[in-house]
Amino acid sequence: MKKHLMAYPYALWILIFIIVPLALILFYSVFSIDAEGIHFTLEHFRRVFEPIYLAVFFRSIKIAAISTAICLILGYPMAMILASKNLSKKSLLVVLFVIPMWMNFLARTYAWMTLLEKNGLIATIMEFFGVELPSLLYTENTVILGMVYNFLPFMVLPIYSVLVKIDKAVLEAAEDLGATPIIVFRRVIFPLSLPGVSSGIIMVFMPALTTFVISRLLGGAHFTLIGNLIEQQFLTTMDWGFGSALSVVLMLMIMVSMGVAMRYEKENEGGGLW
Amino acid sequence: MHEEIIRLVNVSKSFDDQQVLQDINLSIGRNEFVTLLGPSGCGKTTTLRIIGGFEIADTGDVIFEGKKINNLPPYKRNLNTVFQRYALFTHMNVYENIAFGLKIKNMDKKDIDRKVKEVLRLVNLSGYEKREINSLSGGQQQRIAIARALVNEPQVLLLDEPLGALDLKLRKDMQLELKKIQQSLGITFIYVTHDQEEALTMSDTIVVMKDGRIQQIGTPQDIYNEPVNAFVADFIGESNIIDGVMVKDYYVEFAGSGFECVDKGFEPNENVDVVIRPEDIKLVPAEEGMIEGVVESVIFKGVHYEMIIYGRGLRWMVHSTMMEPVNTKVGMKITPYDIHIMKKVTEE
Amino acid sequence: MVKTALKRIYTFLIFLFLYAPIIVLIVFSFNESKSRAHWTGFTFKWYVEMFKDQQIMTSLYYTVTIALAASVIATILGTIAAIGIHYMKKLPRTIMTNLTYLPVLNPDIVTGISLMLLFILVKFPRGFFSMLLAHITFNLPYVILSVMPKLKQLDNHLYDAALDLGATPGYAFRKVILPQIAPGIFTGFLLAMTMSIDDFVISFFTTGPGVSNLAITIYSMARKGVSPKINAVLSILFAGVILMLLIINNRMSRDNGRKENAV
Repeated sequence: MKKHLMAYPYALWILIFIIVPLALILFYSVFSIDAEGIHFTLEHFRRVFEPIYLAVFFRSIKIAAISTAICLILGYPMAMILASKNLSKKSLLVVLFVIPMWMNFLARTYAWMTLLEKNGLIATIMEFFGVELPSLLYTENTVILGMVYNFLPFMVLPIYSVLVKIDKAVLEAAEDLGATPIIVFRRVIFPLSLPGVSSGIIMVFMPALTTFVISRLLGGAHFTLIGNLIEQQFLTTMDWGFGSALSVVLMLMIMVSMGVAMRYEKENEGGGLW
Repeated sequence: MHEEIIRLVNVSKSFDDQQVLQDINLSIGRNEFVTLLGPSGCGKTTTLRIIGGFEIADTGDVIFEGKKINNLPPYKRNLNTVFQRYALFTHMNVYENIAFGLKIKNMDKKDIDRKVKEVLRLVNLSGYEKREINSLSGGQQQRIAIARALVNEPQVLLLDEPLGALDLKLRKDMQLELKKIQQSLGITFIYVTHDQEEALTMSDTIVVMKDGRIQQIGTPQDIYNEPVNAFVADFIGESNIIDGVMVKDYYVEFAGSGFECVDKGFEPNENVDVVIRPEDIKLVPAEEGMIEGVVESVIFKGVHYEMIIYGRGLRWMVHSTMMEPVNTKVGMKITPYDIHIMKKVTEE
Repeated sequence: MVKTALKRIYTFLIFLFLYAPIIVLIVFSFNESKSRAHWTGFTFKWYVEMFKDQQIMTSLYYTVTIALAASVIATILGTIAAIGIHYMKKLPRTIMTNLTYLPVLNPDIVTGISLMLLFILVKFPRGFFSMLLAHITFNLPYVILSVMPKLKQLDNHLYDAALDLGATPGYAFRKVILPQIAPGIFTGFLLAMTMSIDDFVISFFTTGPGVSNLAITIYSMARKGVSPKINAVLSILFAGVILMLLIINNRMSRDNGRKENAV
């Protein structure tokens, strides 16, 4: 039986729709095309390092990092609570926690727009209490809020799935050996949950770094992150070379951060969503 | 009367440059219960899979009722298999599992019903037709797997460690039951196991294998009493294996003295393995023995005691119903019939 | 006791944070006036208007057709591929598995523009079919990654057993292998379906003029400001997703029930 031949159509598909397109990006990032023909150039990559673009990179990394940190701080206790509940209520809570994630993420972002806009519900309620709020929409903090809202479940679920797998006997053993609850957490629970934490960090940091929708809708037309910058190169300024170079750098950043995080993830123990 | 049904001729097989079978020659008779016995990795399962048609031999022939079936696919062979861990179809119930082969043969629904009922009675699971596979115990699943194969009325049933997943008590029961089924149906069983006790209990013929080669073919009695080499002796039951020198016919030297024995036909002064079964060493008062020793340890094994006795610089395992306390000086006596001389196996 | 109370409050606050925007969104889809702050009375008129809105209805049509077509094709192709990969030798299998992960790990924006470049370069007209191809591409990994574990769990002897009982390879595949991996195929299909309905970024880059799915329509409408019609669409979409989730959950608990029976 030659069953392995069944993978070949898919291999062809990967070649055409994954490998060739990525190769195209690589190609455009190091070649420039004009009337005289095609020539090799590093100009596009040099431009990435111009101060205004570097600033965009730093801002994207900063915002993604802050969002990730907030998700971790808010999410870890939530994961612990979900993991500690007794069984019948636990599965219900976990399902309830996942449901918002199944709503289109544009919808979730849009929902915040309506809440935060000038005549939105929050402003109206605060007005009722006599508080005049500054503009809630179109600030850096709004973007961070949008990211935390959208990506919080990506942090909680991997941590949760590692925490529920921890053998209760291990915790009892630690207590038996004289560890106080705080020591049990610091020396046993937390180290054991690290694979979940690292996959949680990847799963929040990556989309936060690359999004252009949240920043566009909640940050306004002039709020630029890497994603917006890339979008502009392809849809507005039509500078494919520079856009491709930005994409290559973005992919490299993702690969490096994945590589760092993977080192903590021993043999896929970190739950992930699978 | 040995009426042959299957013959393997010079069968060899390798996987990724690793030779797993080398020159297997084997003749299996009608109604015979043949066991392929050996440690894991000895090639016994591969042999079975070549007979079943799941693997194709690199060289050599598989002959079934006088016809070469080397390249015949499994679904065209008139034999059936009971797989390790049963390989039952969990998405079907008991009835559908057993009827699977019959349906393929386009048998009448009425006949299928009748046959399923019969075979379920044979394996003592009457009335289980509607049960889901996952609701059955391991022993019951085992019986269904046997029923599913037997219902097709194969001339040969292949069994690949079928009792491996059962606990000891259930194993013993199933061993007897399998033997009974084989005798009442009068079909050939080719049985793979690594459990020597199982092989000795059930088989008409045992084929001992090691490293892809057949070591010995014989009845359980032959294999136990007259192992051809130290490996077989050690694998079938426990043995003391001692280096010795065959000085001349009927005379061997080991453990520092000479003994009479019943073997002959070796080169003068050939190096040999001397094999002595632990139950063949008699304990006698120290001064009456051929070899003197001190009891080092005693373990109670239920029927007998297992003692390790240190004497002449060697440790001897002795089985006896009489216990000698540790540190007692004892004598050991061995009759010429209980000394088995074997050619040294050159390790490759 | 204090600890339990703290836990309860914390859980409540987090759930409030997660659900408040969605609930507000749904509630105000029934609001008489356009205001999203003042409740002026109950109405279905936004739902009526939504159904009259040509743009929303067309994009709903595209969303559903593309999601259905893409997930059906991806499920078939992906199942075949998963079986092929499963029976490959170790090295090609590792390579194929890693390549399968690539589009899952790659940022959507990069996948989107790389496909856009491909379509432009080979002069493939951008619109319904380019978007369909893109959706099949990002759906495939989800199908494959759902089917592969089922294949791994599969007892290799099952196939042998079917042949042994007289089944031809084709019959053995249909009657034994396929039913055994069916749950994985179904999960993969549902995942592909949800991913397709949810996708904005890749659709945004691979579609052409006149063809938008709901996400793209919401994006362009939302940039212009908010409208209760969008609330109505999203509420319906949310209800649909919850329905689908219930179906999945139902299936899973049934599967689990079976496993427990076995023990």
